[in-house]
Amino acid sequence: MAGAGTRSAKGRLTAWALVLAVSVLVVTAVGLTFGSQAIPLTDLLAALAGHDRGDASIIVWDQRLPRTALGLLVGAALGIGGAVAQGLTRNALADPSLLGVSAGAALAIAVGTFTFGITALAPQVALGIFGAMVAGAVVLLLGTRRSIAATPQGFALIGVAISAILGSILSTMVFLDADTMDEYRFWMVGSLAGRGTSTVMAVAPVILIGIALAMACSRLLDALVLGDDAAQALGVGLLRTRLVAGAAVIILTGSAVAAAGPIAFIGLVVPHAARHMGGPRASWLLPFSGALGAVLLVTADVLGRIVVRPMELQAGVVTALLGAPLALLMIARVLSAGPAARMARAARR
Amino acid sequence: MTMHTEWPTETAKLLVEPQLPIEFLLPVKQPTPALRAEGLTLGYGPDRVVVDNLDLDLPAGAVSVIIGANGSGKSTLLRALSRLLAPQRGTVYLDGRPVHPMRSRDFARQLGLLPQGPTTPDGITVRDLVRLGRLPHTSLWRQWSAQDEAALQQALVATDLQHLADEPVDALSGGQRQRTWLALVIAQETPVLLLDEPTTYLDLAHQLDVLELVRTLNRESGRTIVMVLHDINQACRYADHLIAMHRGRVVAQGHPTDVVTPALLREVFDVHCRVLTDPDSGWPVVVPMNRC
Repeated sequence: MAGAGTRSAKGRLTAWALVLAVSVLVVTAVGLTFGSQAIPLTDLLAALAGHDRGDASIIVWDQRLPRTALGLLVGAALGIGGAVAQGLTRNALADPSLLGVSAGAALAIAVGTFTFGITALAPQVALGIFGAMVAGAVVLLLGTRRSIAATPQGFALIGVAISAILGSILSTMVFLDADTMDEYRFWMVGSLAGRGTSTVMAVAPVILIGIALAMACSRLLDALVLGDDAAQALGVGLLRTRLVAGAAVIILTGSAVAAAGPIAFIGLVVPHAARHMGGPRASWLLPFSGALGAVLLVTADVLGRIVVRPMELQAGVVTALLGAPLALLMIARVLSAGPAARMARAARR
Repeated sequence: MTMHTEWPTETAKLLVEPQLPIEFLLPVKQPTPALRAEGLTLGYGPDRVVVDNLDLDLPAGAVSVIIGANGSGKSTLLRALSRLLAPQRGTVYLDGRPVHPMRSRDFARQLGLLPQGPTTPDGITVRDLVRLGRLPHTSLWRQWSAQDEAALQQALVATDLQHLADEPVDALSGGQRQRTWLALVIAQETPVLLLDEPTTYLDLAHQLDVLELVRTLNRESGRTIVMVLHDINQACRYADHLIAMHRGRVVAQGHPTDVVTPALLREVFDVHCRVLTDPDSGWPVVVPMNRC
């Protein structure tokens, strides 16, 4: 009987894994096919195969391919980063903005424009990664101090405080300088448009390192969720685990935010949905969150390209529009399926 | 568990020239205590010393129960024994080795701890929670093996949870949930097991379930058990070795029938008690009368 149970639990996981894998393939195809300009399927396939089809080739290779690739990478990074951040802080509401990462990236990009007049995309992405990492590292190091890490809210409180400080500096700069204002408001919406192959190439290795780091500490994350005492009793070094997992969060969300701007809701909502599919075990939760994040972001981006054609709606706007109702729906479902409700049902039985 | 039995030289001589009956020698045999504390000073900061200069031997292969009033330092002691709290002074030895320099993973393969009120992750299944007990035995490079699976199954069988293995833990009753946490530390397969108030929040029947399970673990697999209990009568019944703490000091220790007296209970709990003897088993039975 126990064996049958194991098989059905495993079967459920395998089924979800398949669904997610197929979804990633489908949205990749959709991301290449749909856009503000319609390209016939034959031209599209020929262009992909390397035959010159004029405009079609340029659109596919220079725009849709890097854009879709970036969507997949950034979506996966935000999903996994959110899942790790929630485990690390034992806070179901943790996301990049709470760890100061978004504010750090925004400020670094604004400082770049304000003081050095940097408006080119590639150096902006580099600055964004740098800013996100510095801010994240400060939050992480303050948050792992013994006295503060004793409470799960520690990270979040420090993150909010640091974000507020960075935000006020940013507001001042944006207020003083019109050019900075322009760059900032373009960046802060969150978009995958016009990033190009160079951004993808710059961000891909960083995100892949972040994913590897996150997967490497997945078994320790499972223990961390049990509480500090129980985790330590299982031989888990708290400080080391927090630093490695925290570094993974900063690398993942920092590079994602730097490349695409602060994209709302993916880091927050996706891990909850993934937990619903495959349970809380990190070795499933992280890949599920990654795949779901990638699917969601590319879908949002494609929708943004289609709904107001020939104009475009930024992916950040679409994820917020889609994400907010999704989040509400999820909260309702989580509450009705949560521990309290389950216990009430058990009692009725 | 490997037990290093060291014979004092006099005893060794007697063994070579046995003029005395062999039974006489047996009590002389002194196995290394499973856990030993020497000059242990514990606290939270210099002006909050909870335990001052404490020496304690916890016998190997026995069930030791620590009793004491709230704030007497028993949980603090348990935290130090399990390396969760670094002593301000003094040393804890496990099988004769100082514990604080040990690698966390090596230590976690020797000593398991069930802390007070651990957090059960939302939606985790019984199997996945118990699985975590194998964490010190696996690593990034040494993944789940047949041996780990066997330990997991054994722990589920020992706690009678096989049929609930795929249920979410938060859907279980309090007694089943506590058994799941016990299964986790059983799967850890440590020779020494520390339990901090394992019966809290359970009804009487489930308290007995847990204590019987703990005793079975001790009797059948020879695990050394150290637990903190609040119920003095349960402590008397399940302890081979009872340790009474008061204001960070050990005021009495030994077999319950030897140490539990009205005078001790007055000192430890500030309560006048009558100590009776159970006519069948000979255990002391404590009847609290009134506060001192």
